[in-house]
Amino acid sequence: MTPILEVEQLQTFIGQYHILHDVSLQAEQGSITAILGRNGAGKTTTLKSIMGLTPPQAGSIRFAGQRLNSLRTFSIAQLGIGYVPEHRAIFRDLTVTEHLILAERKRGDLRRRGDLIFSLFPDLQRLERLLGSQLSGGQQQMLAIARALVPETQLLLIDEPSEGLAPVIIEQMMRAITALSEHTTVVLVEQNFRMASAISQAYYMLDDGRTVDHGTMTALRGNPQLIQRYLGAA
Amino acid sequence: MAVAAPPTIQTKPLRERLAPLVIPAVFVLIFATVLTVAPASWPKLITGILLPGLTLAAIYFMISAGLSLIFGLMDVLNFAHGSLFMLGGYCAWTCNVWLDPNYAGHWPITIASGNLRFIIGLIVGTLVGAAVGSLIEISLIRPLYKRPIYQVLLTLGLVFVFDALVRTIPAWGSLSRAPIKPPMLTESLSLLGRRFPSYSLFLICLSVSLAVLIALVLRRSRIGLTIRAGVQDSAMVEAMGINVRRVFTGVFGFGSGLAALGGAVAASFIGVYPEMGLEYQLFAFIVVVIGGLGSYSGAAAGALLIGLARTFSDHLVLETGLPTAIASASTVLVMAIVLLLKPGGIFNKN
Repeated sequence: MTPILEVEQLQTFIGQYHILHDVSLQAEQGSITAILGRNGAGKTTTLKSIMGLTPPQAGSIRFAGQRLNSLRTFSIAQLGIGYVPEHRAIFRDLTVTEHLILAERKRGDLRRRGDLIFSLFPDLQRLERLLGSQLSGGQQQMLAIARALVPETQLLLIDEPSEGLAPVIIEQMMRAITALSEHTTVVLVEQNFRMASAISQAYYMLDDGRTVDHGTMTALRGNPQLIQRYLGAA
Repeated sequence: MAVAAPPTIQTKPLRERLAPLVIPAVFVLIFATVLTVAPASWPKLITGILLPGLTLAAIYFMISAGLSLIFGLMDVLNFAHGSLFMLGGYCAWTCNVWLDPNYAGHWPITIASGNLRFIIGLIVGTLVGAAVGSLIEISLIRPLYKRPIYQVLLTLGLVFVFDALVRTIPAWGSLSRAPIKPPMLTESLSLLGRRFPSYSLFLICLSVSLAVLIALVLRRSRIGLTIRAGVQDSAMVEAMGINVRRVFTGVFGFGSGLAALGGAVAASFIGVYPEMGLEYQLFAFIVVVIGGLGSYSGAAAGALLIGLARTFSDHLVLETGLPTAIASASTVLVMAIVLLLKPGGIFNKN
């Protein structure tokens, strides 16, 4: 298998703060890769750097062989990278349908991808006319992922999909992400280790802006010391 | 896809749907009360307060709508917005004068019809405003998106640049120029037994049509959708693969063009003078703050409120012999009251 995403020795500053010191990771095509680590380890900034939202000062990011470093965010998205940000970034005053229409890159995207989206998140169909501000946290999360799937997406970056959700909804979200990984590669940032370990095949452990460990999820599950050391509780 | 939602789902809370109607309703109520109490005064009220108020509101709207959209989308408070209003005014005035074959120093090309000169003036003013606005965004504002204080300093500086520019151009000079109305809109109309200038009616109709048109574009078109989303979170819009910078330039140019059109139509109403930019800019800021920074409907409602408040207090001062300062203070008073009740402005949702 060839990696679709290769990040090497990434360094990112936000203002005067040196957030990422040395982050490297790879995502195999068609897999789910989890980025793990404590609060402030640099997980979100890693995703933002890949998207060009916080452009890195050093290191390289390659997606399907193409270097992303100097590209602007919208061009990076147009290459086929979907972004589901932390806190979902749902537009308060737009309806569910308007979110999906806005996400269309080519006319007819929504028609082509509608079946996939609504099979993953059947609930969205009956919420079509609701505003973003009227959705529950779980519904917003579904919409945020659905929105990223409207155009053809080869890679999906999802930041904390379980944040603030009830356990039942988390289960639902896990099933949906597992199902959508048949169509696209997923890189997941997740605090909820139980969720991340249940659905991902590979992991990268971040600590203080550095990749400190990586491997298969099966190996990590058999190494409670490591989990204890970098995540606190398992 | 497009599966019909069950009819039981409420699309928007009723309160939110009715919000835009509150201000017009309050005015209708006030007018209705006055009309019932003193039926003889109603022609005077309509032609003396309501219509002049709407005329002022029409001009305020054209300068405020762009200001509010620009702030909402790109967080830029453009202090030079009034300068574009003034620039539009001067361009229109120039077309009216210099294309006139009867003018001593006219241009090589002249147009005999005053109506045509007027229309050309509006078009030229709008286009110049839009072009200058886009240029300002691309060359000066773009490098400063992450430095808001610099933007304020820069746009404030532009005010002085434009002011000096207008005074330097010999044909414009620092004198104020009297309004030149197109022949077709010079007459007064007879309305309810009183006279009312047809040009004011034109201003009201133009502004209302523009307001409706822009609202439709914002509600129904893809670019409108992009702008509404961008006002809430432009970084997310960019992450969806949309070139937000291009949208920024477009909206900046559009808002500037709208302000310049406002100046161009105002030129045939109040004339042109270098201070007109700052003068109307002040009202535009009041309007935008009252409506809620960044809200398009807010700009429309605020313009209506301030236009009517202004003419109403002018009228009050004339009738009662109160000091004229009260009339000038009325707009600020309205702003203070609104902000005390709703600190974020009428249409602010945060």
